[in-house]
Amino acid sequence: MLSFIIRRILALIPTVFGISVLVFFMIHLVPGDPAEMMLGERASEQALKEVREQLGLDKPLHVQYGRFLSRLAQGDLGRALRTNEKITTEIAERFPATVELSIAAMIFAVTLGMLAGIMSATRQYSVFDYSSMVLSLVGVSMPIFWLGLVLMIIFSVHLGWLPLSGRLSYHIHIEPITGLYILDSLLTRNWPALKDAVWHIIMPAFTLSTIPMAIIARITRSSMLEVLRQDYIRTAKAKGLSPRVVHYKHALKNALIPVITVIGLQFGILLGGAILTETIFAWPGIGLWLLNAVYARDFNAVQGGTMLIATTFVTINMLVDILYAWINPRIKVS
Amino acid sequence: MTKLLEVQNLKTYFFTDRGVAKAVDDVSFSLDTGKTLCVVGESGCGKSVTALSIMRLIPEPPGRIVGGRILFEGTDLVALPESRMRSIRGNKISMIFQEPMTSLNPVFRVGDQIAEVLELHENMKKADAMDRAVELLRMVGIPSPESRVRDYPHQMSGGMRQRVMIAMALACNPKLIIADEPTTALDVTIQAQILELMEELSRTTGTAILLITHDLGVVAETAEHVVVMYAGRVVEEAPVRELFHDPLHPYTRGLMRSIPSMSEDDKTRLEVIPGVVPSLLALPVGCKFNDRCRHAFDRCLAEEPPLTTPKEGHSVRCWLFH
Repeated sequence: MLSFIIRRILALIPTVFGISVLVFFMIHLVPGDPAEMMLGERASEQALKEVREQLGLDKPLHVQYGRFLSRLAQGDLGRALRTNEKITTEIAERFPATVELSIAAMIFAVTLGMLAGIMSATRQYSVFDYSSMVLSLVGVSMPIFWLGLVLMIIFSVHLGWLPLSGRLSYHIHIEPITGLYILDSLLTRNWPALKDAVWHIIMPAFTLSTIPMAIIARITRSSMLEVLRQDYIRTAKAKGLSPRVVHYKHALKNALIPVITVIGLQFGILLGGAILTETIFAWPGIGLWLLNAVYARDFNAVQGGTMLIATTFVTINMLVDILYAWINPRIKVS
Repeated sequence: MTKLLEVQNLKTYFFTDRGVAKAVDDVSFSLDTGKTLCVVGESGCGKSVTALSIMRLIPEPPGRIVGGRILFEGTDLVALPESRMRSIRGNKISMIFQEPMTSLNPVFRVGDQIAEVLELHENMKKADAMDRAVELLRMVGIPSPESRVRDYPHQMSGGMRQRVMIAMALACNPKLIIADEPTTALDVTIQAQILELMEELSRTTGTAILLITHDLGVVAETAEHVVVMYAGRVVEEAPVRELFHDPLHPYTRGLMRSIPSMSEDDKTRLEVIPGVVPSLLALPVGCKFNDRCRHAFDRCLAEEPPLTTPKEGHSVRCWLFH
């Protein structure tokens, strides 16, 4: 198992290298001059030249890429062209917000989605089955911004149960440790902050969870139905096991294999920043930041942000692979 | 002496969109403690459904036991609530299936799968159950059971897996083991080993075996008593010697003639029974075998024969013996 994990981690290196090539060169195919963006259209040729020299934009592409790569290896993503802030600092401020939101959304999606999927499969063609599958269809097709707004109107404006937007109320302060507010307030035993942070995250997390939840429910259902037809399920029943043990132990562990893939992919997608949800709920995450960087043709920021998101995505996939091998003993052999 | 198992007028039907399939229709037989009974017939004759009915594992819907009784040690299993039935399954009655390759759960170690039954029915602690699992694996002839107990099913061959299934079936010292074509998926040498093992274990533990097979060779080797089924009905029943010595029903005779002979000078072509088992949704009127029977006459086409006993201990469902 250990050698399997090491092999998987080593396999990451060429992938990340490939990502760096793509990220670097693709962004240079886009028209637009960052120096011009920074100084405005009326900047003098001399000023533009100076800025280009300063940023190294006058050098040939392969030299620029070499510099990018060597800095990347040192964990330096350069400075954002708009703000002249270090990109690592900007990301460090925003990425935890996205991570926290994604984790909360996945908790909703995985628990509710899998539960609905399992119950639908074990009660195939029942009222529950039909209604949860219709609901999941609605879940995948509903526009997120619309659902977010409706939830806001109901739970914040009319009922006043949940805060409208943001991560935290203004009067609450949290000592930053990890940047995940819920975790930080737990670590510092700051109970009022914990409550405030949880209250703030419920609505955006639920909104963000609808699509992955619906997908997970559908995959779990079909995977469970497939497994429930297998001979070893009949064996489990013939042992005298109760339906609960047959479903949740013998069937579920087999059915999990495709479900985990989907969970990993969805989690990776969420970590890339949920632009719509972050916008509606004024959630200071990476999605919104990256979108603004794209608009501003802030090459360095887009490169840095994309590198981070893509690397996170492949890392999550690697973790899924490892989880696979842990659940499915047949994988280790090959 | 009371019988261990008495199946009386069992009827298991499947209700499908295209009609009612009477997979088991009025089947009766019985089995004494410690004995071996064989149920023989072609695919689709209802033998597996009979087995699953005894275990009450008929997928419902579409299937349902619509009539009859299954008396096990005097208790009617058909009328038993599901929770009581669960305490019998895997405990007093256990089952071995046809497909050793797929009958074990691929994601659990074989030891855990055996131990699970012991933990459930014998209230054993995990560690004790694992010790017992090793013992059981040794009993069914798996070499170095101490390490094999930690194997996953995919690390074992078909024959080994079937041995694991047998170990699992034996775990709680059942009164009855139902073996549904336990050797069909295995190659011939392994078949003989598995049958020998089952016979030996039955002798030493006093477990009765209900062996379901389409293979008359298996019947001759293992059974004491034989029930021949056709289209959901019992067509002949006799002790094994009697049946091989003097088969009465044209169907049984056909089955006997289709066994290849081992003698060198026998150069005659193997006989086959013409036609196929009729669809359960479109059974012929009268005797269900009439469309494949070379002796069929008017009465066979009009009326279904009852089960009669022309010889002591030997019954048959055929108008030829009326």
